[in-house]
Amino acid sequence: MLKRFWPWFWFIIGATYFLVPLYATFDFSLRARRGELSFAAYANVLNDIKFVESFWFSFQTALATIVISALVIVPTAYWVQLRMPRLRPVIEFFTLLPFVVPAVVLVFSLARTYNRTPLTDSREGLWVLLVGSYVILSFPYMYRAVDTGLRAINIHDLTEAAQSLGAGWFTILARVIFPNVYTALLSGAFITFAIVMGEFTIAALLAQPAFGPYMNRLASSKVYEPSALAIISFALTWAAIAAMQWIGRGAQARIAGPR
Amino acid sequence: MAFLELINVHKSFGASVAVENFNLAVERGEFVSFLGPSGCGKTTTLRMIAGFEKPTAGRIIIDGVDVTDTPPNRRNIGMVFQSYALFPNMTVAENIGFGLKIARRPADEIRARVEELLRIIHMSEFGRRYPHQLSGGQQQRVALARALAIQPKVLLLDEPLSALDAKIRASLRQEIREIQRQLGITTIYVTHDQEEAMALSDRIVVMSRGRIEQIGTPFEVYNFPATRFVASFVGTLNLLQAMVVDAAIGLLTVEGQPIRVARPLPQHRSGDAISLAIRPELIALDGQMNGEVNRLSGTVEDVTFLGSIVRVRVRLSANKLHFDLFNNPQLRPPQPGSSIAVQFAPEACLVLGEDASPAHSMSASAAQAA
Repeated sequence: MLKRFWPWFWFIIGATYFLVPLYATFDFSLRARRGELSFAAYANVLNDIKFVESFWFSFQTALATIVISALVIVPTAYWVQLRMPRLRPVIEFFTLLPFVVPAVVLVFSLARTYNRTPLTDSREGLWVLLVGSYVILSFPYMYRAVDTGLRAINIHDLTEAAQSLGAGWFTILARVIFPNVYTALLSGAFITFAIVMGEFTIAALLAQPAFGPYMNRLASSKVYEPSALAIISFALTWAAIAAMQWIGRGAQARIAGPR
Repeated sequence: MAFLELINVHKSFGASVAVENFNLAVERGEFVSFLGPSGCGKTTTLRMIAGFEKPTAGRIIIDGVDVTDTPPNRRNIGMVFQSYALFPNMTVAENIGFGLKIARRPADEIRARVEELLRIIHMSEFGRRYPHQLSGGQQQRVALARALAIQPKVLLLDEPLSALDAKIRASLRQEIREIQRQLGITTIYVTHDQEEAMALSDRIVVMSRGRIEQIGTPFEVYNFPATRFVASFVGTLNLLQAMVVDAAIGLLTVEGQPIRVARPLPQHRSGDAISLAIRPELIALDGQMNGEVNRLSGTVEDVTFLGSIVRVRVRLSANKLHFDLFNNPQLRPPQPGSSIAVQFAPEACLVLGEDASPAHSMSASAAQAA
């Protein structure tokens, strides 16, 4: 009996910690009209074209970040594990840098480094800089997820098996390594997606029409709408993550078995 | 000219020498096993043939082409790994067809070849399954089919049965041999299991500390070991300390009991201490052999029932020897503590040389007798 009590006790404590603020935000967002509960604040947010534009902008940026991170990090982690295992501590040190270097420092360094180049002279260039910054921010999460995924499979034997069957490096990466770290990649992608959707500092400093700066602007000018927006963005982010998981469910099921 | 040749192949990892002066010529369709203890260099040699390791020196020639510097994906070599190394994200059929797909063969040809190989490995109904849905033995059969699909010039197997249980190992061993004979593919098989090497191979390369100790048929390696290492590593041996009495006629004593070996010992002099090796199966209870035989008396120390055979350990004084009797429910096996006399032919005695130097092999008459 006591065995069942404690797991439930801690689950309820944890759930309360997360759900009470969420409920409070939701409750507050419904009180836009005096004396009644309504979705007026939600209607205001959803009718604002800037909401759709900024959300779509950040959504695209998040996807670009995930794709570029995957293309950079999977081959890197794979090569380090396969050929340069001694470099792992060095790479792990680099993965910690985004935690140590503040976003403000990062964005000013990038702006200074690429000053007077197409990267800072055009809107598209700034977007590339933004995605590049987010790739750096997502590095710790993506690298560690992929590294763990690679450790779960015997990459040495799989690589050599593919080589003996005539596969070159590109084929090995595309058809053997990527599909087998898909689940790990997906978990890194979820975190990256959530980070990019809510990121404020870099997007604001690079003057990008992202979702983070939009939420900030709204919070400084409205009362109930920011709460409604928080709930909407929470729901949309979760929906996007659920969609990504749904898309990747086939691959997960295939490689989920014992090896 | 041999189909696969390794000429003066040498491999070092820093200061450590893994393979030293390795020379081997394998004929087309031959099944050759590399046999030796862990760390003897057998897997390194196999990996050099596959192209996963580059020899520090020497050449590797396959079908007349020097492939020493050819990358592994251009050698057309099939490899089977101990860990199976099936691609977890692909079905059995996709795994088998992978190499053909890489070679951009037409879809119809790939389908037909996959079906043919599934039939050969008796897994026609498993094509749509994923590796994790198969047993270890089934996975290894798929790995074998995958390696064979590309019709490789040479098939390399790196301890493919080590991860399987004894019963599956025995049946899969037979299956591998049958498939190899059926397809006539040149095969190199790495193992530390002497029984496996004996059962499968046309020839065995016995290795120790990066060097070849002996190359020969299973019969030759077992019956005429070239070095002390081969004698002790392949099969079970009784090692007896003996003293030379008359080298000219091959007369010795073992703890005062006279015995003879089949030929003179010109390298030795009277009074020399030498090591003598006798296979347990060449020893019988006293009175069971005809002709000139050696006889040793001792005390039964232990009797072990092993099913079809009964292993008897006999203590002479300082020396011990054991021999096998066929199990016969009607006959009572020797009892521990009782006196016993055993006999063996002079041809059964193998005089061992110094470590790593060639031993004085058993006489030709022993070969004929065997």
